[in-house]
Amino acid sequence: MARRALTEINAGSMADIAFLLLIFFLVTTTMSTNTGMQRKLPPPPEKDVKPPEVHARNVMAVLINKDNFIMVNSVPMQLNKITEKAKEFLANVNRREDLPVFENKEVPILGNVPVSKGIISLQTDRNTQYEKYLQVQNELMRAVAELRDARSMKEFGVHFDDLEGDRLEAISKAIPLAISEAEPRRSVKSVGK
Amino acid sequence: MSKFRKKGNKATPAISTASLPDIVFMLLFFFMTVTTMKEIDLKIVIKKPQATEVKKLENKSLVKYVNIGPPIAKFRKMYGSESIIQLNDQFAKVRDIAPWVNAERQKMDASNRSKMTTALKVNKETKMGIVTDVKQELRKVKALKITYIADKTTKNNF
Repeated sequence: MARRALTEINAGSMADIAFLLLIFFLVTTTMSTNTGMQRKLPPPPEKDVKPPEVHARNVMAVLINKDNFIMVNSVPMQLNKITEKAKEFLANVNRREDLPVFENKEVPILGNVPVSKGIISLQTDRNTQYEKYLQVQNELMRAVAELRDARSMKEFGVHFDDLEGDRLEAISKAIPLAISEAEPRRSVKSVGK
Repeated sequence: MSKFRKKGNKATPAISTASLPDIVFMLLFFFMTVTTMKEIDLKIVIKKPQATEVKKLENKSLVKYVNIGPPIAKFRKMYGSESIIQLNDQFAKVRDIAPWVNAERQKMDASNRSKMTTALKVNKETKMGIVTDVKQELRKVKALKITYIADKTTKNNF
């Protein structure tokens, strides 16, 4: 058998193979960006300190029962009405007697402006579905977001999402995100503890 | 005189592509190493809810996940089909939340500890009871920044 001279392997296609792999990894790397609704929990209740008294007109109580029905201030309500209701409650444009009082507060840039003392309290049953809770939460968040955006447009002519620094703080303080992650209605039963 | 010889019609030499594979491989390895595939394998089913008011989670290293949902099929026999908690790679009970938060905090730089966000990744069919319990535990250990994981949607839920 005649020994053939070693032919050089053609490396030209190597690049193609590598590119193929590269593109595969580029495509599969989804960089899975999770999105989420950001909230802040209230600090743990301190002993011996009573929760501050809140006047009834300053509270919008949103309840979701075990069958996922929504009740706002003891009136059953559809999910799609909540945003409007919350906006009406927080803004209280006509300063109605049954809606929250306003208190002047010092806010950067805007100075001394009336800030609503309204609080939306969202409470659920242990058997409420998480999705429903999140949907209601979402509607409430949207109410605040829309009010902030409107205020931002009025004061600065810019959308709230584009604000930065002091301006952002000003609007955020003028229209606080007053949704309380309320204490559970029933005392926490030990489930799985 | 003619120091500068007029070039004849010499063909331009072909650019060697021999190093091209090396360059591409370099890129390939870069992507292979960067793609950590660090997603823990979930032992529970999480169907994410949808919402409009969501933001991208920034600074991934500061986000710690609490997963809540029903176990996947092969764990059903042992754990039932009710929602349970998964922390890192293990199933956990509500009482494990506080130690876990503290352990995760210890792993972080001291300067970042206050910025830790707990992401609640919850199946949309889960009942609120367990979620409330987890939230109460988080409050106890002062892990107050939370975020509810949800997919962004532009249309309303109703």
